[in-house]
Amino acid sequence: MKKYEKSAREPLFHIAKRDNLATWQSWGIRIASIAAALIVSAVVIVALTGENPIKVYATIIDGAIGTQRRVWNLMQETAILLCISLAVTPAFKMRFWNIGAEGQALIGGLATAVCMMFFGESLPSPLLYILIIVMSMVSAAIWAVIPAIFKALWNTNETLFTLMMNYIAIQLVSYFTSVNAVPKGSGQIGVINSITKAGWFPALAGQSYLINILTVAVLTVLMYIYLRYSKHGYELSVVGESENTARYVGINVKKVIIRTMLFSGAVCGIAGILLVSGTDHTISKDTVAGRGFTAIMVSWLAKFNPLYMVLTSLLIVFLQKGALEISTIFGLNDSFSEIITGIIIFFIIGSEFFINYKIKFSHSHKEVEA
Amino acid sequence: MKNFKKVLAVLVALALMVGVFAACSKNDDSGDKNETKLKVGFIYLHDENSTYDRNFMDAAKAACEKLGVEYLEKTPIPETSACKEAADDLVDRGCTLIFADSFGHEDFIAQAAEEYPKVEFCHATGTTAHTRKLANFHNAFASIYEGRYLAGIAAGMKLNEMIEAGKFTAEEAKIGYVGAFTYAEVISGYTSFFLGARSVCPTATMEVQFTGSWYDEALEKEAAMTLISRGCKLISQHADSMGAPTACEDAGIPNVSYNGSTISACPNTFIVSSRINWQPYFEYIINCVKDGKAIDTDWTGNLSNESVVLTDVNTKVAAAGTVEAIEATKAKLEAGTLHVFDTSTFTVGGKTLTSYMADVDTDAKYEPDTEAISDGYFHESEYRSAPYFDLRIDGITTLNEKF
Repeated sequence: MKKYEKSAREPLFHIAKRDNLATWQSWGIRIASIAAALIVSAVVIVALTGENPIKVYATIIDGAIGTQRRVWNLMQETAILLCISLAVTPAFKMRFWNIGAEGQALIGGLATAVCMMFFGESLPSPLLYILIIVMSMVSAAIWAVIPAIFKALWNTNETLFTLMMNYIAIQLVSYFTSVNAVPKGSGQIGVINSITKAGWFPALAGQSYLINILTVAVLTVLMYIYLRYSKHGYELSVVGESENTARYVGINVKKVIIRTMLFSGAVCGIAGILLVSGTDHTISKDTVAGRGFTAIMVSWLAKFNPLYMVLTSLLIVFLQKGALEISTIFGLNDSFSEIITGIIIFFIIGSEFFINYKIKFSHSHKEVEA
Repeated sequence: MKNFKKVLAVLVALALMVGVFAACSKNDDSGDKNETKLKVGFIYLHDENSTYDRNFMDAAKAACEKLGVEYLEKTPIPETSACKEAADDLVDRGCTLIFADSFGHEDFIAQAAEEYPKVEFCHATGTTAHTRKLANFHNAFASIYEGRYLAGIAAGMKLNEMIEAGKFTAEEAKIGYVGAFTYAEVISGYTSFFLGARSVCPTATMEVQFTGSWYDEALEKEAAMTLISRGCKLISQHADSMGAPTACEDAGIPNVSYNGSTISACPNTFIVSSRINWQPYFEYIINCVKDGKAIDTDWTGNLSNESVVLTDVNTKVAAAGTVEAIEATKAKLEAGTLHVFDTSTFTVGGKTLTSYMADVDTDAKYEPDTEAISDGYFHESEYRSAPYFDLRIDGITTLNEKF
């Protein structure tokens, strides 16, 4: 070791890309980061509120899974978020920055609501369900394919375009609810077909959300197979890696972009059906409630793997449900629970950095060389 | 196989975490509670930063404390199935009386009422309890139009004072009003306020600007400034932010407020404010449940039971004699010798009305169904608690419409 041959000033540390970590190591980092998040949150809890942090965490868990009903609600919320996350995944894998899932799901929901309101009495149940499914998936797919066509043909910026489409969708829903408001002027259409329950998903085994959960479970497996084993799935990941490579091997990039967004939109349409027919039985501009954006995080955190998305969406919904409980039990403002959720998610995202990169301190670096 | 291992690892980790904390949770909850104590659950649209929800929260906590019952709250609960889930959860916690504060909660609360016939559900501002015919679902509102009429008297006297002082002529006495939506609740509010003002200042006119939101500080401020620039001499509002009062304070224009006093922020322009005090209602429903009595399907609070209240008059701004005039009129309203919507005091399209079918029973087609005018006045909040007065009377100009 030549300690005194320091020629130039070296920074205290530098960052280097890691070789692939062993599975147990990467999960070790993830678990450590969650532990660190809980410790930091605990400090924040004590500093700001003086509450016992263990009690607060216990309340989060109790709020998410404390009763049988809460477990069902947790699974339902997870299913809906997972559904939208699955929908955005093919596009993101293709490096098509679709941040319009919010609007696509909303348009799907709007189509469902329209079918329920205007055909709820005239059509027999099976036909009504078919109409709802077709209309919602098609309209959401159209909503998604418009930016895709512009991207494919004129290379427009899909981030701005899909974002803009969200606002149009929100305004369309606002218009629809204000025109059909009951009572007039209230801006709300209320529960649709509350007496006939036409177009409502029936309860299975006494559980009104079971159909939603099963639908998304099946969808998750199908999406996994589609992305991993189908030709389409392979093509879109090649386009994502490099458009030039894709072109070189004879993939029609434009076709793949348009096809993938049609598919993505149709799955958002399913989320819209689950929200309106399967959950709320009404539509408002808040029906999707930001899930279209949360879904992006779910998808990224899971590295676009549908099976991991089950876990990431569960984690986020778990935190949200638990956070709501904190505000009920401790009388804390709900912004406080958002702070806690924010800290935990920050650490989880941060852990990905430490899995992919390592920090080398200058002296240890030298020792390695010596 | 590799994936399977990863998934397994996460599951095991989660299970461990859950196990550890679940154990803690059991210990914490073991503190013994009085099981016989009545539990009342409250569902709010926003947290305490909204003046609308704050008004309910303060009253609910005061009523629960006074009557010695357990208070539980859920907030912020949007007007979606989350409201039904909140009600479910409150039932699971043992609440036998549940209250929701926002208009859009109604359908979800009614669903819950159908599902849990042994739990009483009350809902403020709703319109359908009298048509649903569920024994355990109830609506409530207050005759806030009477409070606004009284506040209108303070406004009219202020206009008179300014006319006498030579600040403007009697013909220029124009009031500006910032409303949220073009909807019966708001129309009933500004009309009663205007009639109160005109009962003391006969030349008064009014312009109304709608914002299309219950809470939008920038829009409300902008609307108030528009009205001031159009020559309005006094401003009042029916929306929940400080937008209009602060615009008035900046411009030196007198303001009649809503939801509570704004005197601390607007000491030089605040005259008086009307608001609904929900504590009498909460005490009423809690006592009903305690005594096993039926709760009214539609309950309308009024001046006599102190559900409709006025804040202290700001004597620095208000005209001399305002307090006495309000007291005298209040006594007449309570005695029933004076009616706010007396048909001899207003015209619609130049004509005095003798009949008007109001849309009291909510339906999708807005079909008018109930005769509201009899004995020479419009019977507001009598056939259901929520307002249904939606006549556009002469003397009031609406600058825009927002549904």
